Amino acid sequence: MKKENKYTVSIYTENSVGLLNRISAIFQRRHLNIESFNSSMTEIESVQRWTILVITNETQIMKIVGQINRQVEVIKSYYHTDEETIYQESCLFKIKSSLLFDDRKIQNIIKESNSVIVTVTPEFFVIEKSGRTYELDELYNKLSEYGILQFVRSARIAVTKAPLMISEILTDFKKNKNE
Amino acid sequence: MSKISGSEAVIKCLLEEGVDIIYGYPGGAIMPVYDELYKYQDKIHHVLTRHEQGATHSAQGFARISGRVGVAIATSGPGATNLVTGIADAQIDSTPMVCITGQVSSHLLGSDAFQETDIIGISTPITKWNYQITKASEIPEILAKAFYIAKSGRPGPVLIDITKDAQFEEFNFSYKKINGIRSYNPTPVIEMDKIQEAAELINNAKKPFIVWGQGVILGNAENEFKELIEKSGIPAAWTILGASAIPTSHPLNVGMLGMHGNYAPNILTNECDVLIAIGMRFDDRVTGDITRYAKQARIIHFEIDPAEINKNIEVDIAVLGDAKQTLSKITPLITKKSHKNWLDKFKKLYEIEYNKVIHNELNPSKKGLTMGEVIKEINLQTNGDAAIVSDVGQHQMVACRYATFNKSKSNITSGGLGTMGFALPAAIGAKMASPEREVVAVIGDGGYQMTIQELGTVFQTKAAVKIVVLNNDFLGMVRQWQQMFFDKRYASTEMVNPDFVKIAEGYYLKAKRVSERKYLAQAVEEMIKSKEPYFLEVVVEKEGNVFPMIPTGCSVSEIRLD
Repeated sequence: MKKENKYTVSIYTENSVGLLNRISAIFQRRHLNIESFNSSMTEIESVQRWTILVITNETQIMKIVGQINRQVEVIKSYYHTDEETIYQESCLFKIKSSLLFDDRKIQNIIKESNSVIVTVTPEFFVIEKSGRTYELDELYNKLSEYGILQFVRSARIAVTKAPLMISEILTDFKKNKNE
Repeated sequence: MSKISGSEAVIKCLLEEGVDIIYGYPGGAIMPVYDELYKYQDKIHHVLTRHEQGATHSAQGFARISGRVGVAIATSGPGATNLVTGIADAQIDSTPMVCITGQVSSHLLGSDAFQETDIIGISTPITKWNYQITKASEIPEILAKAFYIAKSGRPGPVLIDITKDAQFEEFNFSYKKINGIRSYNPTPVIEMDKIQEAAELINNAKKPFIVWGQGVILGNAENEFKELIEKSGIPAAWTILGASAIPTSHPLNVGMLGMHGNYAPNILTNECDVLIAIGMRFDDRVTGDITRYAKQARIIHFEIDPAEINKNIEVDIAVLGDAKQTLSKITPLITKKSHKNWLDKFKKLYEIEYNKVIHNELNPSKKGLTMGEVIKEINLQTNGDAAIVSDVGQHQMVACRYATFNKSKSNITSGGLGTMGFALPAAIGAKMASPEREVVAVIGDGGYQMTIQELGTVFQTKAAVKIVVLNNDFLGMVRQWQQMFFDKRYASTEMVNPDFVKIAEGYYLKAKRVSERKYLAQAVEEMIKSKEPYFLEVVVEKEGNVFPMIPTGCSVSEIRLD
């Protein structure tokens, strides 16, 4: 069995209906689960950036990105390891308000973890924390001792340390077309 | 400017793309387009197949023999889902095809309306591109894109789904062909340093070996390919989709690769020092066990699709680009050589295969007719000028092994998907695209009955295809595996067949059955001489096997002769 690793796949795409189905089928066909998925605007107008987190081996991820790049509406896609990216995830915890006032330890956890209290009501309070995966895990483990009413974590978003040159790819296309 | 309907726009787009034949089947959600087809029938010939699957295979046969984009059209729901097998076949065999389906009106989408099916969702993983049109104004640009995508780079099928309201809607039509999409780079830029590296490796090789595939044909690179092998003197073997790119008789053509390919090219794959793959994708039927495939060799891969590089086999040098261009750039850098001793090795192994397998298959002395002697007779009667359209199974392997070809685009078969039922409708499409060519469909009794209804299309169109059914009353390939690997437990492979001649005659086709060797030559001659469609059933031995064979999980060098 080849060594498995976390890979962040970044896909620059046209904003078109049905492309998500096409991309997710590439993972599904290989019996792979998508850990998280995020779609957002980018620095370039009308270009979307998808960030997909997946656990697999390098041979497999290389082939997957090859297949993603084949798709007509994909401008370019890449894969990176955690070390090659700056990434963040964010999460929300909903916790009983009584705990906040009865147990000072929770207040310390919130302070030490640099999380933010988003809202407080008589029944519950909500805290938000952004950071790397292990930081969110740590906070989750600490708070779960007290009971969490609801927990949700966002997809990973990531930028790469190395430049990606998407604008250059698009400029090249325009140039070639005009030639 | 006067307005036209979306459905008329569809026809005008087809005309702009030079389409003159389409294959299809009408139904509710595509009726507006059929109404326009009626008006434009002098410009576009619509061929009514007897099943939508037949329409896709006919479009594929049309594309494979001509290099043009095949077009299939169907209604929503079951019409669309019946296209699926042909689309998947075109995807895996890189066949340029545009499928147009009708869809329920846009306000009904997602409501489980009558004959509504999510054909975009269904066809996504098996199309190069697909798109649902809900407004008439989208039609010109989307259809232009469809044709451009289907035929550019590595070709493939595109499906365009058009809602019924978009077909009725009127708009100002104007058409502009598309020659580029910013997110789509169909032909990679050629890197000259890779060409030079490859040339150096080839020039220094002692035992170089070329394996080529359909990329040579799809890239119209037959001449460039021939120049390369003739200058370099390198023996070359083909995948079944690459067959016919150079004539069978070419002295450097050393035969067929893979599971039922020739003995020499399979064995010597594991002896060459440089393996040069051109426009092929190292399919498992070609490579056998990949962990024991050409391990001793440095490998060069000429390929248009970057996703194919290192997909199955890791290569030393990848030369990306269209084969016509990459080959014409590398040949001037190649030293002229002959590799006589190396080529002799292929000849010696061929002799072994000839004595053990080929001779008995082509000149049998046993009572039952062999499939090989039928193919040999077709070769003789057509001088190797026919296009052979084969189905899937034993007869396909025999046809690919023994058919002789003089001309490119002559071996039309379902390679990657292995679609039984492909041949009859594909032969109809091929004959219509190239009426001047002799088109012979070679089909087993199993596959024939999967699309036998297309005899109706043959009868109605009078397309002069020659249909040869090699009947052993078995699903022969599965039976061969049952014999070899399942202790002869013939589970559901024996077929109780109807009177095929009567069925053909029911469609008013000339038909004949042969079950004795002494009548074979005469029957094949009569069939080839016929100006009309002709059906010939040849009763072959019941339990004939195809050899050589590389059993699953074995290495190419473990190929068995019996």
